[in-house]
Amino acid sequence: MKYESQRVAMPYFIFALVLFAGQIVFGLVLGMQYVVGDFLFPEIPFNVARMVHTNLLIVWLLFGFMGATYYLVPEEAQTELYSPLLAWILFWVFAAAGTLTILGYLFVDYATLADITLNRLLPTMGREFLEQPTITKIGLALVFVGFIFNIMMTALKGRKTVVNIILITGLIGLAALWMFSFYNPSNLATDKYFWWFVIHLWVEGVWELIMGAILAFVLIKITGVDREVIEKWLYVIIAMALITGIIGTGHHYFWIGSPEYWLWLGSVFGALEPLPFFMMVLFAFTMINRRKRNHPNKVATLWAMGTAVMAFLGAGVWGFLHTLAPVNYYTHGSQITAAHGHMAFYGAYVMIVLTIISYAMPIMRGRPYGNSNTAQVVEMWGFWLMTIAMVFITLFLTGAGILQIWLQRIPESGEALSFMATQDAISLFYWARMIAGCFFMAGLVVYLGSFFIKGQASFDDEVHDGPALKDA
Amino acid sequence: MAERFTKSMARNIYLGGSTFFILLFLVLTFDTQSRAMPERDNRDQLTEEVVRGKHVWENNNCVGCHSLMGEGAYFAPELANVFDRRGAADSDVFKAYMNAWMNAMPTNVPGRRQMPQFNLTDQEINDLSSFLEWTSKIDDNGWPPNIEG
Repeated sequence: MKYESQRVAMPYFIFALVLFAGQIVFGLVLGMQYVVGDFLFPEIPFNVARMVHTNLLIVWLLFGFMGATYYLVPEEAQTELYSPLLAWILFWVFAAAGTLTILGYLFVDYATLADITLNRLLPTMGREFLEQPTITKIGLALVFVGFIFNIMMTALKGRKTVVNIILITGLIGLAALWMFSFYNPSNLATDKYFWWFVIHLWVEGVWELIMGAILAFVLIKITGVDREVIEKWLYVIIAMALITGIIGTGHHYFWIGSPEYWLWLGSVFGALEPLPFFMMVLFAFTMINRRKRNHPNKVATLWAMGTAVMAFLGAGVWGFLHTLAPVNYYTHGSQITAAHGHMAFYGAYVMIVLTIISYAMPIMRGRPYGNSNTAQVVEMWGFWLMTIAMVFITLFLTGAGILQIWLQRIPESGEALSFMATQDAISLFYWARMIAGCFFMAGLVVYLGSFFIKGQASFDDEVHDGPALKDA
Repeated sequence: MAERFTKSMARNIYLGGSTFFILLFLVLTFDTQSRAMPERDNRDQLTEEVVRGKHVWENNNCVGCHSLMGEGAYFAPELANVFDRRGAADSDVFKAYMNAWMNAMPTNVPGRRQMPQFNLTDQEINDLSSFLEWTSKIDDNGWPPNIEG
């Protein structure tokens, strides 16, 4: 760690991991409710558990992105953070707002929550992933503004690197697109059209800039490859992401009232959306093959390769599976969507946050060359358990989805099985998914356990065949 | 990548490409919103009742279990075509069905998925029904494939 103020990333990372654990607990609740319908009913109905599961994911990823930003922007800019105090204040504001919102979901009936938070003055609630009370949405917008101000002031007074510029571009895009969460027209078709400006243009747009920048930073650090080379790759990846992803929004405009030309645009550009993720795989593996040093923090390298591969599989391959309009006609809103959503979020965004945590946390904890070998091996166990479990969750949901389509969607009206009868017929896949979910939880426990193992890697663990780590 | 492909070329592709596609997206959005959708989303029938019904839908987080036009959760049936499936595409039949259904929840059948009791007033059930009826009439390129949603 080169600048003392980078350490403000630590509470962000720790809180992100706490929320991650909460997200998985509620994931298991949902998995149980899929097979035992009245599990925890009426105390925690499905809609509440799902809202907690998805909102925790969004919030902890945002904590992760913010932590990553506070860590890497000062180091790239070669200057202290503009205001560590502001970063701490915003941490507590965001943590309090997030916690209160989740507790509100759990302990207050949703209609009452809408009422007491004055949703009627500016109705924004009750839309998927945007369930937060309007007051929370305003708070989040203010946190974004303060955060970006702090980061901009830091970046502007120091060295301007491509990694910083692209990361900040992504963060500004994230904040700007969030404004569409306040636009909720009475016309459902228009509502849905602009709802995707937040959802799609986040995860298949500006978040890819954030992911690319974090991956580039970690690769510069662990491989010692020349910055010029890495920055060129980064530009190509984000160019592909935006060239395919912006018009690729059209793959959500097939069946919600938008005109027919989106069937073509969404299919063609959607089919190209795996390209930036494929480039990320080539990027990570090429840079690691050409490494100038063997960084003693081996597990961070594993995460960097893992996030590229899993993002390509989850977002790229599983996205392509149902992006073509004639296929999507049958798969839209089925368990195929759920399968894709799980692996894409895990591969691209969960794993990139865990990559930067794996690299930066040991340094902030006074272990500049990484955790001890034992801790790294335990963390690797966590990596493999969680990743393989997620592969199986995705495969079982895909199986459930294919069978659902076969029974419920493909036959003519009158012959097709009803939704609920279909759910009964495919329950075996949901049981299998539940078991895979338990393995994921086990992996998470092992992963979190690795943080409590003492000791550190030493400088001698590094193999010198290039510029030494000390000079990086 | 070959050395003749320089960083500044990569940057120009990024800047030029993203600017072009952002502008194209804005043009397409303008066309979709101003020209195409008014003919497809039957907005002329967007009554006060339908607007109130959308708020009932949102304030009770219905999308947390159901999907609507294929978006939402996949725990409970698709509802963009429930007007056709359960109401035989008839307003009175559908409203009577909705009234009976909403008041019968939850079923409390052991082991089955349960829909909570939302304690809606008759007026709210009526508004919600109008919203779902209006939604079923949006031109959605013929989705879903069959009545089961």
